[in-house]
Amino acid sequence: MRDLKVAACIVLVLAIGPGAAAAETPRLGKPISQPDLAEWDINILPDGTNLPPGSGKAADGAKIYAEKCAFCHGDKGQGGHAVRLIGGPPKASLDGGKTMANYWPYATTLFDFIRRAMPFTQPRSLTDQEVYSLVAYLLAANKLIGENDEINATTLPKVRMPNRDNFVVQFPDRM
Amino acid sequence: MSKSPQGASSIHAAAGNGLLHRRALLGRGVMVAGAMGAGATGALTAAAAEPLTEAPWSLAPGEVTPPYGHPSRFEKAVVRTVDNPNNEPSGSRARTPHHLLKGTITPNGLHFTIMHAGIPDIDPAQHKLLIHGMVKQPLVFDLEALSRYRMVTRVGFVECGGNSAPLFSNEPIQADVQALHGLASCAEWAGVPLATLLDEAGVDVSAKWIIAEGADAPHLSRSVPLAKVMDDALVAMYQNGERIQPGQGYPMRLYLPGYEGNMNVKYLRRIQVTDQPGMTYFESKIYTDPLPNGKDTQFYFVQEVKSFITSPSPGLKLKEPGVYEISGIAYSGNGRIAKVLVSADGGKSWAEAALDAPRLPKAFTRFNMAWRWDGGPAVLQSRAWDEAGNAQPTREQFVTKRGQTSKPPSVLGFPGHHFNAITSWAVAPNGEVRHVYA
Repeated sequence: MRDLKVAACIVLVLAIGPGAAAAETPRLGKPISQPDLAEWDINILPDGTNLPPGSGKAADGAKIYAEKCAFCHGDKGQGGHAVRLIGGPPKASLDGGKTMANYWPYATTLFDFIRRAMPFTQPRSLTDQEVYSLVAYLLAANKLIGENDEINATTLPKVRMPNRDNFVVQFPDRM
Repeated sequence: MSKSPQGASSIHAAAGNGLLHRRALLGRGVMVAGAMGAGATGALTAAAAEPLTEAPWSLAPGEVTPPYGHPSRFEKAVVRTVDNPNNEPSGSRARTPHHLLKGTITPNGLHFTIMHAGIPDIDPAQHKLLIHGMVKQPLVFDLEALSRYRMVTRVGFVECGGNSAPLFSNEPIQADVQALHGLASCAEWAGVPLATLLDEAGVDVSAKWIIAEGADAPHLSRSVPLAKVMDDALVAMYQNGERIQPGQGYPMRLYLPGYEGNMNVKYLRRIQVTDQPGMTYFESKIYTDPLPNGKDTQFYFVQEVKSFITSPSPGLKLKEPGVYEISGIAYSGNGRIAKVLVSADGGKSWAEAALDAPRLPKAFTRFNMAWRWDGGPAVLQSRAWDEAGNAQPTREQFVTKRGQTSKPPSVLGFPGHHFNAITSWAVAPNGEVRHVYA
């Protein structure tokens, strides 16, 4: 009897398995290879997954910042018509003041966001090298790393952001 | 639902300060108006109507029928408020004029929108959707391919996580319902279940999240738990029957019923399946808030149960004492609206409002309550419950848990997110309506 049940299950799986699913949907997704999708593959995960080769230091980042970022974020990162990037109050509140040093949980977010969205009028125009340099500059200016520390795929995920453990997931049951 | 003190003396009062049982307006209500409303309602019907004449538009043929219809030229005031009209290099927000609308479906041109760097001009023939990451086979879909799949239609709201943010202010900000609650809208969405496309790509059993990305300039990205995606996420392509508008993500957006607006990624071009969230800029910095206990919120996905009165509301002055319909919107990211209570005396007494059908899950529900305004001061409030048993909090309850500012922020600011407490409108004896905390 048990064998029969197993056999019946196998038949069932064959019947409603890949073949049946193919009959229900058009299956029109075109396969694409990893090299062909690489141009879009820009998500950086908080454990550092997908950080590209390259590295940067604060001194190089300062030059790029002056040229491409200061116009909106202020020459010292104090903010202009775009948000403050350097310094700020010790603690954020509902009156404002979320900063890189007091709030952002992961330094990897900095690389991900700058590369995908900045400069505002020319997103995706920075090289990976330039992004690493800018990240190093902003982290050093916020005293989260040393002035001469190198930022690369190994060091960036290890930067300890002070507020990381202060977040409370609101709907843990939904994850 | 306690009866008002005056309730004992009036069999038609549902609660204090003039809230009426529905039957007071139907059938027997005529008697009631005659018997106890002589002064107020008498004024409404005393003046005789003018003699009727033919109007000019009845005496000649009208205009040409346009290929795409537009509202009457007399409705020019019914528009969104746009806070970045010159497209300065920053975000822009357009808010829905709830006080000028009825029903539950937001017209496409009035659906709220937030753009983080302008509206992209996407050629649908060249738009592609990539699914990759922890899948057996990365796949690319185009619009033509997706149009061959079975689409699902559902009505649902989208609400910005920052909607109602001015109510975090320590003092009530004087603004209308459009400025305070205009970053929520409701539409009928049609699209392909994302689960269908993920199944086709073959999701790895250890996957837990997706990271969705848009094709706009910021390449906006948000992480969504895979369980939510497999439950009811849509790759939406139609809104109220037509292609979704550029401000809503043309030619396709992620639609996550009941979840924070920003997660409903517009111009959807990429889904990466992962075992961890991306901790993207918007989910780690922007849509998170400091709490009074010193902690910060994270992954506040659900737009919780909420309601507000759209009429009367600030800007809609009451002309004279008499019977008015208190009308508003209720919704919950947890499901259907179970009930809405209305108060006309600042929460001292409550009566249950009538809910218009259909009451759909994670969609706007219209509520109505008859009210006889006697010309005295009144504070109108609504409070909703959802079918999961969640009650919309009072402002005091909310602020205890979530905090408020120490000084009033700009009405356009976002001091916090996910505000869902009760809104109070005070009616003055001159009929003007103001925003108050009560």
